[in-house]
Amino acid sequence: MMHEIRFILNDHDVRTAVPPGLLVLDFLRRRERATGTKEGCREGDCGACTILVGEWEAERVVYRPVTSCLMPAAEMHGKHIVTIEGLNMQALSPVQQAIVTEGATQCGFCTPGIVVSLTGSLLDGARRDVKEALSGHLCRCTGYRSLKRAGQTAYAAAAGRTDMSALVEGGFLPDYFLDIPDRLRRLQRGLPSNGLATNGIPVAGGTDLYVQRGEDLPGEAVAVLNLDPELRGIRWEDGFLRVGACTTFEAFADHPEVQRLLPDVKAYMFLIASWQIRNRATLGGNIVNASPIGDVSILLLALDAVLVLRRRLQRRQVPLRSFFLGYKQCDLAEDERVEAVLIPAPAPETRVNFEKVSKRKCLDIASVNAAICVCVRGGVVAEMGLAVGGVAPIPLYLRETSRFFVGKPVVVEVVREGLERMQAEIAPIDDVRGSAAYKRLLARQLLLAHFTRLFPESIELRHFYATP
Amino acid sequence: MQHLDAALHTRGASCYVDDVRPPEGMCYAAVYGSPVAHGLVRALHLDAARTAEGVLAVLTASDIPGENQIGPIIEDEPLLAEGTVHFQGQPVALVVATTPELAYRAVSLITMDCTPLPVITDPREAFARGEIIGMPRTFAMGDVDAAWAACDVVLEGSCDIGGQEHVYLETQRARAIPMEGDGMRVYASTQSPYAGQRMVARVLGIPNHAVEVDVKRLGGGFGGKEDQATPWACLAALAARHTGRPVELVLRRAEDLRMTGKRHPYVSDFKIGATRDGKILAYEARHYQNAGATADLSPAVLERTLFHSTNSYFIPNTRIFGVSCRTNLPPNTAFRGFGGPQGMFVIESALAKVAEALGLPREAVQRRNLLREHDLFPYGQRVEDGRAVRTWNEAADAFDLPGLARSVAAYNASHFAHKRGFAVMPVCFGISFTSTFMNQAGALIHVYTDGSVGVTTGGVEMGQGLHTNVALVASRAFGIRPARIKVESTNTTRVANMSPSAASSTTLLNGNATLAAVGQILTRLKRFLAGELGVEEPERFTIVDEVVLLDGEAIGWTWPRLVQAAYLNRIDLSAHGFYATPNIHFDKTREQGRPFAYHVYGTAVIEVLVDCLRGTYEVEGVRIVHDLGRALNRRVDLGQVEGGLAQGLGWMTMEDLRYAGDGRLLSHALATYKVPDVYFMPDRLEVRFLEHADEPHGPYGNKAVGEPPLMYGIGVFFALRHAIRAFRPDLDLPFVAPMTPERVLMQLHTGWPVVPAVPARTGAG
Repeated sequence: MMHEIRFILNDHDVRTAVPPGLLVLDFLRRRERATGTKEGCREGDCGACTILVGEWEAERVVYRPVTSCLMPAAEMHGKHIVTIEGLNMQALSPVQQAIVTEGATQCGFCTPGIVVSLTGSLLDGARRDVKEALSGHLCRCTGYRSLKRAGQTAYAAAAGRTDMSALVEGGFLPDYFLDIPDRLRRLQRGLPSNGLATNGIPVAGGTDLYVQRGEDLPGEAVAVLNLDPELRGIRWEDGFLRVGACTTFEAFADHPEVQRLLPDVKAYMFLIASWQIRNRATLGGNIVNASPIGDVSILLLALDAVLVLRRRLQRRQVPLRSFFLGYKQCDLAEDERVEAVLIPAPAPETRVNFEKVSKRKCLDIASVNAAICVCVRGGVVAEMGLAVGGVAPIPLYLRETSRFFVGKPVVVEVVREGLERMQAEIAPIDDVRGSAAYKRLLARQLLLAHFTRLFPESIELRHFYATP
Repeated sequence: MQHLDAALHTRGASCYVDDVRPPEGMCYAAVYGSPVAHGLVRALHLDAARTAEGVLAVLTASDIPGENQIGPIIEDEPLLAEGTVHFQGQPVALVVATTPELAYRAVSLITMDCTPLPVITDPREAFARGEIIGMPRTFAMGDVDAAWAACDVVLEGSCDIGGQEHVYLETQRARAIPMEGDGMRVYASTQSPYAGQRMVARVLGIPNHAVEVDVKRLGGGFGGKEDQATPWACLAALAARHTGRPVELVLRRAEDLRMTGKRHPYVSDFKIGATRDGKILAYEARHYQNAGATADLSPAVLERTLFHSTNSYFIPNTRIFGVSCRTNLPPNTAFRGFGGPQGMFVIESALAKVAEALGLPREAVQRRNLLREHDLFPYGQRVEDGRAVRTWNEAADAFDLPGLARSVAAYNASHFAHKRGFAVMPVCFGISFTSTFMNQAGALIHVYTDGSVGVTTGGVEMGQGLHTNVALVASRAFGIRPARIKVESTNTTRVANMSPSAASSTTLLNGNATLAAVGQILTRLKRFLAGELGVEEPERFTIVDEVVLLDGEAIGWTWPRLVQAAYLNRIDLSAHGFYATPNIHFDKTREQGRPFAYHVYGTAVIEVLVDCLRGTYEVEGVRIVHDLGRALNRRVDLGQVEGGLAQGLGWMTMEDLRYAGDGRLLSHALATYKVPDVYFMPDRLEVRFLEHADEPHGPYGNKAVGEPPLMYGIGVFFALRHAIRAFRPDLDLPFVAPMTPERVLMQLHTGWPVVPAVPARTGAG
């Protein structure tokens, strides 16, 4: 069950056979002895194993940082894989130098991954601030301040010139990078199309699957869905925004049409996952994983998304609101896969909000998350979609509560009653993310937060409390 | 000076244990840990594992050639469980296979028949059942019982303090290589090479000299590899002994979380009495330490809780009781602060209680009771060159404490949905191992004929910058460039019997040992020069910037020439230096003495903003005045302050260890155990160091810096409490840490019937 793959690792071409589900991290450390890539957690939380994955997209090679502990080796096929070793030159790069100068490395275990991400951020046009570039990294030694300084110093050294040739000229990248686009194109020309790793356990992004099944997946047959270009892409189709199932969170949030639909989508993503994880996690994976606290599932439930399911040549559509059947159970046949997510075009007056609370504010799994999609016309609610996660065996669409609001004005008394009605629809349990009582209270607070955020003119927090 | 390893780190070129290319034939070990927290082992089924693919050996307690005993203080800790298991994850068997995957697969085939025994996770319950480790301890001063009558207010309360996982980014690991004869070389990620050596020897039944432990660097330790690195080194060595092959053992994160101990959770009761204007007259505390299943370092950790139970305050009448309680959790262990933080949390809680009862600002009560010169600590040591008031005053002035208090009050008066809070957190932390004998260190220096210098100390580089400090000390003492100095791996064959790298004392001890060794070589070199040049007094020679000076004047000799000439004249260019901290002692029968070389002081001001709707919060700013003595290396020292603070803030907020009633760790992955990230830490972070504050013990006037900054983080708890009280002044809030968003939200809404009772359905959430 070995698959032959061809790719470029740093500056050399690799042609090898791998078990398709083998972790890239293990491939790098054990087969290639590229030990600068560190293993800190094997679940995408610490970022010590961060690498860059480069691939042709439209007119250029795009590089993205990902955690190599959650990526199946088969997916390296046709790509440029960059580890810390591939960024080293005779002299330290300005990123490396800044970390040295600012005293931003102590035990050093997290450092190579951080160098990779900061360099990746420059390659990405320095569109993200330094904190976002560091968002997927844990450092237990420094407290991050020196790292933030180092990142800013490195950004300043690039002085806004982040095209490949400028970065090579500035000593940020070794000069072999200049040849990569051609080499990658030549490599891809010789590749068999789509003939790889299509049978077995489907892996969409793997960011949750590998966390759950990290012990056995590397030895199993896996179908790497990401290799299928038809599962990507975002376009309007019959009044729906059609989002390919393997669209990553990052590609979703980066897309202008999605941003038009959800103006705050970037702010949601800031709460949902780190940059590395957003580069891997997919909408389809999040949905099929059916976690009761799947962030994107909650958002899509509120938006009344519809799934396109495909079984060989047969397709059917299922509203997301009826897709989840029970704990980790979906309306999905054994060999059926999600092909796309259809998001209906909203009426112009529609307002959307997403809320999430977790132990750590950013990049943590929610205790409770909640989304609203509400349309007010003529002073009353015309349409209402409310969803809440972490309070039921499934990502929960609040059918009754949503219905309650329809036809009513958004005023304190109505919201107050809605908050109470919601309590009858939810059934949280005690677990490591919080007690049932907390989740009940939090679900109420987040529902209230939708209204204080979207309707500040009529709904204020103080209206919901008796003065103590 | 930059961290010695910094450039290598940024290139991913620094080697940790398993980055070194594996020796021919290396095998991999994986541990079978007990699936239950307490039980009698009736049968262990190993056959399936033994016959699994790639397996070379499956080892249990009966395969140990020496003693099955690795307890560092009390001999109560088997390497592999025998008969009874005492915590979930306790090592029971060890599989050795040709790859890590095959080893893990074989481990998954092992099963155990077990008769369950009652599981205790609560230290109060353990205490009630007589499950204690060692003897309870009491520190006392004055007459507490008589003092209550003189107090205007006497208040009682209790604290429930969570533990903390170390989350060193590099998990526990070791690689053992069998050497000729009975010899064993172990490359370990440990803060205690000597403990590793001693225990490997004991387990294998060979003398210490047959075991060589080598430590290049650690990917973080924080106390978690002080004692708890030992089992993995011993297991790797045991596997290597049985198979005759090199064996590597690397814990995966999930195993590390499940199998190793953490910072001790405590429950504590206090009683405190004060005058109307906030002068504390009497304080009594009872600390119940959740020690876990074996002693590990718990008695020593408990001792430091007692030492720091009054933090930076003078309280004339005190009685502090502490006891280590045996529970069915992994043995809890050292973690930066070593019991001190828990003791300080309790006194800070008691002061908050006093302030709230008297209607005074908490910081007014704190300020009123700060330690002054010659005040007595409850353990008999007097304040010498104390800086509690000095750091407080500098912080109050520099950070405009009165202005901050006004602006927070004004904000809270005009905002409903958000409340701000702040707290002042003074810290006083004693420096020295409280077991006096451990305050010793050695250093071995070789000067090579090209003028380059190799230094080995007993200290371990775990990111804290020890090697950088040692290189700096050696280069300053010799008068030569730092680039000439190489600090070698820590190795038991070069420096023997070293104390662990712990107690913030590693630079103090090993820096001074280095100075002693340099001094010997310099003395020989100067005598040689005196003889060569016919000068009577060798001390007239100095070396500055690699140039030999006589009475401050250059004489045409440089460092390389001097070294070369000395070599040709058969002058010994190597030396072993030794240091023992002077003038410290402690009598455990009387609980009195002078255990600390000195104290480190500091004051932090912490501000928070609480979202009262969601129960979430932000640390808006932390500003610190810290007593560093004279900075040895400002960049390294600053990194220790900032990093320690981050861990302290994490401990008090999001780092939430959850155990089920059956002793299972629920927060068993980094997905469920969260530590501070880049967004959590405040952008407004200011650290000022005291000026003109040299510490005579040094080296070079420097004070220890590793642990004290962690305790600034305690302030965030009280800042959050301040903000919550602004929303709910009607409540008497509990002292339960960490302050997770759950606790904050539940406190904000305590007693408000906003959640109607609904019959629960079954389901997952």
